[in-house]
Amino acid sequence: MESKRKEDYLLFLEHVTMRFGGLVAVDDFYNGVRPGELLGLIGPNGAGKTTVFNVITGIYTPTSGRVYFRGMDITGLKPHVITHLGISRTFQNIRLFYNLTVLENVLVAQHHSITNKDADKFLEKHGFEKKGFGSMWLGKAILKTPGYMKLEKDMLKEAEELLEKVELLEYKNELASSLPYGMQRKLEIARALATDPQLILLDEPAAGMNPQETEELMRFITRIRDEFNVTVLLIEHDMKVVMGICERIIVLDYGKIIAEGTASEVQSNPKVIEAYLGEWEHVS
Amino acid sequence: MSGTIFLQNLFNGLTLGGLYALIAIGYTMVYGILRLINFAHGDVLMIGAYLAFYGVTLMSMPWYISVVVAILGSAGLGFLIDRVAYKPLRESPRISALITAIGMSFFLESFAVVVFGGIPKSFLSITPRFLKKVVVVFGARIQVLTFFALATTVALLALLLWIVYKTKIGMAMRAIATDIPTTALMGANIDNIIGFTFALGSALAGAGGIIWAMRYPQINPYMGFMPGLKAFIAAVFGGIGSIQGAMLGGFILGMMEIMIVGFFPQLAGYRDVFAFVILILILMFKPTGIMGKKLTVKV
Amino acid sequence: MERRLKTSTKVYLTLGLIALSILLLYVASKTLDTYAIRILRLIAVFGVMAVSYTFINGITGLFSLGHAGFVAIGAYTSALLTMSPMQKEMSYILEPLIWPLNVIQTDFFTATLAAGVMAALFAFLIGYPSLRLTGDYLAIATLGFSEIIRIMALNMQSVTNGALGLKGLPEYSNIWWTWGWLFITVVVITSLTYSSFGRALKAIRDDAIAAEAMGINVFKHQLMAFVISGFFAGVGGSLYAHLLTTIDPRPTTIGVMLTFYLLIMIVLGGLGSITGAIIGAALFAILSEWLRFVEGTMHIGKWTIHGIPGMRMVIFSLLFIITMLVWRRGIMGMEELTWDKLYNWILRLRPRRKEG
Ligand SMILES: Nc1ncnc2c1ncn2[C@@H]1O[C@H](COP(=O)(O)OP(=O)(O)O)[C@@H](O)[C@H]1O
Ligand SMILES: [Mg+2]
Repeated sequence: MESKRKEDYLLFLEHVTMRFGGLVAVDDFYNGVRPGELLGLIGPNGAGKTTVFNVITGIYTPTSGRVYFRGMDITGLKPHVITHLGISRTFQNIRLFYNLTVLENVLVAQHHSITNKDADKFLEKHGFEKKGFGSMWLGKAILKTPGYMKLEKDMLKEAEELLEKVELLEYKNELASSLPYGMQRKLEIARALATDPQLILLDEPAAGMNPQETEELMRFITRIRDEFNVTVLLIEHDMKVVMGICERIIVLDYGKIIAEGTASEVQSNPKVIEAYLGEWEHVS
Repeated sequence: MSGTIFLQNLFNGLTLGGLYALIAIGYTMVYGILRLINFAHGDVLMIGAYLAFYGVTLMSMPWYISVVVAILGSAGLGFLIDRVAYKPLRESPRISALITAIGMSFFLESFAVVVFGGIPKSFLSITPRFLKKVVVVFGARIQVLTFFALATTVALLALLLWIVYKTKIGMAMRAIATDIPTTALMGANIDNIIGFTFALGSALAGAGGIIWAMRYPQINPYMGFMPGLKAFIAAVFGGIGSIQGAMLGGFILGMMEIMIVGFFPQLAGYRDVFAFVILILILMFKPTGIMGKKLTVKV
Repeated sequence: MERRLKTSTKVYLTLGLIALSILLLYVASKTLDTYAIRILRLIAVFGVMAVSYTFINGITGLFSLGHAGFVAIGAYTSALLTMSPMQKEMSYILEPLIWPLNVIQTDFFTATLAAGVMAALFAFLIGYPSLRLTGDYLAIATLGFSEIIRIMALNMQSVTNGALGLKGLPEYSNIWWTWGWLFITVVVITSLTYSSFGRALKAIRDDAIAAEAMGINVFKHQLMAFVISGFFAGVGGSLYAHLLTTIDPRPTTIGVMLTFYLLIMIVLGGLGSITGAIIGAALFAILSEWLRFVEGTMHIGKWTIHGIPGMRMVIFSLLFIITMLVWRRGIMGMEELTWDKLYNWILRLRPRRKEG
């Protein structure tokens, strides 16, 4: 019945199942993200959305199934390697480096701040170009060699450009912890962009925001997709939020994909309505 | 190893293991609730031994009264330590409480040096005479104290299990070990339950300290350090958070320590190393221990 | 508004400070009595240990309790290298020292470097398995390793001379060696801390999961930090041994107690601050000398107050607990004493002119 070809997708999860003890958090996920699209992953609380992210980014290794990215089987790779291959993310509960400044948060994530040998080897094996830049040889940092200083300067420039684009430049020397909530969300996205990803995963970026802020954020997300040329996979719990911006939506309930399609297709799907009804009953 | 020596070792191993078990329970109960390694726990053991010692020598109490007073004193000390040093840090990063616990341990040790003096004191004078008698069991010469220690330990462990599983406060303790917020919703006074947990664990440590002092009849301000660490290792071994695990871990660790030295006397000098090697192996390969539950971090 | 000095100004100021320090140390070495000079040397030795300790505990955010183990490795390594073969033959009365240690002798600098390398090697061997652990488990595992090292030192008679320890080491750790090494330690650790490597370490400290998700190989970074920290702990051990002129496997010399002392220094100074670690080390060295009076007999008028042995440590531990409870940032918090900060501070001290 499935007529999906994983070659058509930038990221593809092939029959991915994730169990925690007896609980099946993700059940036979067979779908993916197409290059350039803005895909929504929605579902009630506890549906398994964040778990899908954790499987993609290597925080969990799936109980069964494979994950493909740019045609490479990335199942079981370490999170830091996967990041260097081109997947970056934000977290449902913001996870910034709170004792670092806004600028430093971005600098840390800068894709060429560190070479990742594992990732480079993996890329070369699959016929891609290495990503390696700087060097981990610390002597350079201690002696402040010209090469090292130039790298630092380039990184600084790039980081500032990035902050400028996301309108956070004026706060660059503030501690991340001192930013208001909405800006922390933005900074987390900026930090993810600094890794130079091809695919960015956003986990409920609008959580805790009022309708106006949410709308602004959605515009921001559409903008970065175009401006940074990234593919976006967006988790949202509130269906209404993603309706406006996602070209395609996957609905998850109890770990299973129950619907897939455009906003209007999904919205009128009885299974989806039922899943969300169940949740409303639960809340009230 | 001849049969009689084996028998002797067996009893030594059981007694030592029982002591580790007694002390380990305090670690495991506190860790189960607060995720805190109460570094000062070993030093409560030392204070308990000193209290019993001075009860007899200074206050001229009969030994059994002095022991009871010392155990109560240890319980009070445990409660106090929590109130003064850990309670203010409940909302802080876990590592802050750990650092404070280290400071507390250091404080109790240096306090003991100042108040009790740094020179080791002999505990023999206050050990009741009948315990020092030696009986011959299947040719092995064993002190009455060994049986006494073993019997007391087992009795205390049984009492503890009764408290934890059959009383209301025990139920509350187990409830907050699973989920503090829910228990708070149920109307239980979390701080009192935590305080009781500290007191209970410390009472056992105090008792353990006294038995320890009788068996290795010297007390000094640093005597709690090694037994404390090893009991903690026993708790990790058994699965931190699990009371039965702590008991099992204690007995296995004590037995192992005695038996290894029994079979390989040339390793006697490295006796204290075994426990650490076990700790590191456990942490590497099965950090949940024998009976512990897996704690996963949700992202 | 924070004002910043020009980079060139800061460079000159730093060079000036170095020159001034050399001058002051020179004057001190000529005018102060041996007791005061000993305290100065102690400050520098503790400084080396505390800075390397805060690099791992404060900056990388790994809570290690095994620092004394690396100090011990360094102390024994360099002591075995600086003692003369004849001295070694006379010291090892129970069992002779094994070959080739019994015939080697090097100068102090080589011995100290070797001490650092040896300690770094052990840091690698210990860090590799234990850095898979986090938080309090790591603390206990590293404490365990440092105890294992100490017990080994106690038992490996033919290498360490067991409980007898090594006595009569040459007193090489003079003002120049100790402060010189402190200088090197601070320069290296500071450069690393304020490089992209150090930024990654601080990110790991704040949130290891997020750091990993941003492409940082957390384990590798932590291991490197651990090894670097171990190296300087070893250097500190070498300096310490040749300051005390004796080294033995007691907990107070190279065991848990030493780790506690170092913890006191970095907590008082502010976990995560290099200048804080140095301030903490100086405070500890000075206070523990100054507080000797509470342990000695005092005469006030016709009264005699008997001192209480051990009182100093009660005071330190209380200070430590109180710091943790009410003033957790310590003296410096996670910040550094920088020229910019001093400059702004001085600006604020100056009475403000009215704007007209
Ligand atoms: N590390 C874990 N261990 C055990 N259960 C987990 C873990 N992570 C997630 N789960 C469970 O998996 C299910 C899906 O969780 P999650 O993916 O966070 O849902 P969502 O993001 O859709 O709200 C939930 O029941 C959750 O409790
Ligand atoms: Mg989620």
